[in-house]
Amino acid sequence: MASDLELTPTSYINHHLTNLTVSLGEEPFWTLHVDTLLMSIILGILGMGVLWLIVRRATPGVPTKRQAFVELLVEFVDTQVKNTFHGDRHRFVAPAALTIFVWVLLLNTMDLLPIDIMAWIYDHVFGVHNWRTVPTTDVNTTFALALSIWLLMIFFNVKVKGLGGWTYELFCTPFGKNPILWPLNLLFNIIEYVSKPLSHSLRLFGNIYAGEIIFLLLGMWAATGVTGSFFSVILGVGWLIFHILIVTLQAFIFMMLAVVYLSMAHESH
Amino acid sequence: MNINFTLISQAVAFSIFVWFTVKFVWPPLLRAIEERQKQIADGLAAGERGKKELELASQRSSEALKEAKQHATEIITQAEKRAAEIVEEAKDSARIEGERILTAAKAEIEHEIFGAKEALRQQIANLALAGATKILRREVNAKVHADLLASIQEELK
Repeated sequence: MASDLELTPTSYINHHLTNLTVSLGEEPFWTLHVDTLLMSIILGILGMGVLWLIVRRATPGVPTKRQAFVELLVEFVDTQVKNTFHGDRHRFVAPAALTIFVWVLLLNTMDLLPIDIMAWIYDHVFGVHNWRTVPTTDVNTTFALALSIWLLMIFFNVKVKGLGGWTYELFCTPFGKNPILWPLNLLFNIIEYVSKPLSHSLRLFGNIYAGEIIFLLLGMWAATGVTGSFFSVILGVGWLIFHILIVTLQAFIFMMLAVVYLSMAHESH
Repeated sequence: MNINFTLISQAVAFSIFVWFTVKFVWPPLLRAIEERQKQIADGLAAGERGKKELELASQRSSEALKEAKQHATEIITQAEKRAAEIVEEAKDSARIEGERILTAAKAEIEHEIFGAKEALRQQIANLALAGATKILRREVNAKVHADLLASIQEELK
């Protein structure tokens, strides 16, 4: 809690939605959200590291429970990729999808941590006043992921179809190769290429951010008195349970969209 | 909601994690899974093969049994035939032996009859001679009539 500020709804929400920033340059662009970056790196190392530790001792024989769990996860992702992507998926697309799913799921799951208790821990144990726990409520994270996928999409477009093939596709699909339609095709494709990363990233960001806001509102309601606390607890538990679904679903959707975009980049029209 | 350098750093982190997964997490597990799939497929194929071989073996064994039975029957038949032959042969040889013994006995008997006849003749001749000698005691000189006596003896033969 912001001990040095008067506790108002505005200060409460602002407190929870302010990043810990470090300025690396003169321009506003050169600020770094330390909390977002650190949390996502810790969670990434945790997720990938655990996977690596288990997979390192993977045997073809009877698997241990941990290996069986990782195999379930991997086979789940692999099945999704197999249904969408027709090519050598093991070289890049499937492992990338696994990374996205695991990482985004872990980042989203931070949303389930109780915000005020975490804020107290950050404040009193680590001595940081502003610290946002959920990296996917930072639009930078979701844009970073979506834009990476977007760049990969362009990379694979050029790699698979060649620069000429891709240019042809930009001008001659989806309406036809008549020169009159070229501007329309190009406009359509530009809209598509702009909308893909936007919808990809904002969907994830919006869902998780909205979830966090609901938790904040419930927390504020709890501050109004006994009745508020009562309803806040009941609704908070309900929203938390529902949020388990949202967190998983959004990670899955984000992964699926990435796979679909990369598959589309591999396939000619 | 402000785009800043965090985006780039997050993208870098993402790239590193993706690289790590592509390089270190995915391949070993995939290898293990594929290896296991192969083992399972091999096991199933081996089971199928075993079943077929079992079927074949049981078929072969029943055939062998049938053959053995047939063989045994043949051997028994042959043995019976042989036994009958042996009995037949024994009968024959016994008959021949009997006949031989009989012939030998007959020859012996004849020989003895001949011997007895000879002795009788000798004795008859001697008796006749003795009789004649007694009858002709005075007139007959044995030395003179020796040739006569010999002729009588000759006739009695």
